[in-house]
Amino acid sequence: MSDMAKAEPRPLFTVFNVVAAVIVLQGLVLTVWRFAGGLGAVTHLSDYYPWGLWIGFDLLCGVALAAGGFVTSAAVYIFGLKKYHSAVRPAILTGFLGYALVVLALNYDVGRPWRLPYPFVMSQGTTSLLFEVAACVALYLTVLFIEFSPAAMEWLGIKRARMIVLKLTMILTIFGVVLSTLHQSSLGALFLIAPAKLHPLWYSVYLPLYFFISAIIAGLSMVIFEGALTARAFGYKMDEEHRAHKDEVTLGFGKAASWVLFGYLVIKIIGVAMDDEWSLLATGWGLWFLVELLGFVALPSYLFAIGVREKNLKLIRITAGLTVLGIVLNRLNICLIAFNWHLPLSLKYIPAWQEVGTTLFIVMVGVLCFRFIVTRMPILYAHPDYPEEH
Amino acid sequence: MEGAFYTLQDFMMHSKSVTYVLMVAVLFAFIYYWRFLTDRDEPEEQAKPHGHEH
Repeated sequence: MSDMAKAEPRPLFTVFNVVAAVIVLQGLVLTVWRFAGGLGAVTHLSDYYPWGLWIGFDLLCGVALAAGGFVTSAAVYIFGLKKYHSAVRPAILTGFLGYALVVLALNYDVGRPWRLPYPFVMSQGTTSLLFEVAACVALYLTVLFIEFSPAAMEWLGIKRARMIVLKLTMILTIFGVVLSTLHQSSLGALFLIAPAKLHPLWYSVYLPLYFFISAIIAGLSMVIFEGALTARAFGYKMDEEHRAHKDEVTLGFGKAASWVLFGYLVIKIIGVAMDDEWSLLATGWGLWFLVELLGFVALPSYLFAIGVREKNLKLIRITAGLTVLGIVLNRLNICLIAFNWHLPLSLKYIPAWQEVGTTLFIVMVGVLCFRFIVTRMPILYAHPDYPEEH
Repeated sequence: MEGAFYTLQDFMMHSKSVTYVLMVAVLFAFIYYWRFLTDRDEPEEQAKPHGHEH
């Protein structure tokens, strides 16, 4: 049984709380600045770079790193790997918050955010990849909200509605997998229209496949990485089942991540071979590409395998952090660094401090929401009123 | 690129040839890597009785 009731009140003025307060305050000031002064007042966006950090990090990385929700629920409910059940709720929560923050960041990034619903109600650009991404993200955010809602309902004591939602678990999982497959790959496909702008080593007709496979890797790694951080910060909330299965989840997901990373490495090399870009590997951009491919794909794959073989949980958790960094690097490379690669340095995009500050603000909002929910709702423990929960 | 390609046929012939050779190597690499990844697994799953619960 959980010992969550014994949690003692924590002091208000901790280092984390003070840092969080500063970040949130500066974020609120930047929010007023952004919406009063427009994009030009707070960003370094230009005609060369119509998108910047808010799309490159907040959106592309946010969507990829939130893939843990569909990966975990598919593993447990579709593939029947019930031993990972304790990881489902934290993963769904991370996914839900991740997508919610993507939509929040999008409100900062688009020039006229009040027009965000236009693709659905005014002009359905069904031939546009962005329409598909918008539709899938909107629908998947709704699916994640419904998947997360039983935890909130248990907290609020809404029993009947919770039972109805639980009966929808399988259909929601299938819907989530379908929607994720569609929009994760479509985010990569967006760059297919820019063959002259994206460096040939990163440009490939397989970009949609790369984005989808790397999103699975990101999801697996985030479940391990975030699980380790959660256990450290909120270990006192975990019940026996979660404690008992924590290491099993780390080992199982580490093995899966190693295998998928190996496959991803192979298809990346096949991409280079198909476009006959071997000679580009000897250039400066080629070296940067190899840093990404060897340092953040091949190396983590091998380290995960070593960690699984030797049951070295610490190594697996560190490798998960390295892999998450690799996914961030990949998305930033495609979206910003190797994009407009032919431009001189003076015309390259470097984010304004306001953009960085806003990104920090959005991430911090996510962390605070996560903490609020995890410390109140049955995410890391089974609610004592619902023992039938398997 | 090692040499000039004068036709799309030349280019496809070259790049696909390299890719096909790579794919054969990859098929063996996958088997080796899977063994490397799993050869220390405990045989508990195989040892479990078939009619177990859950």
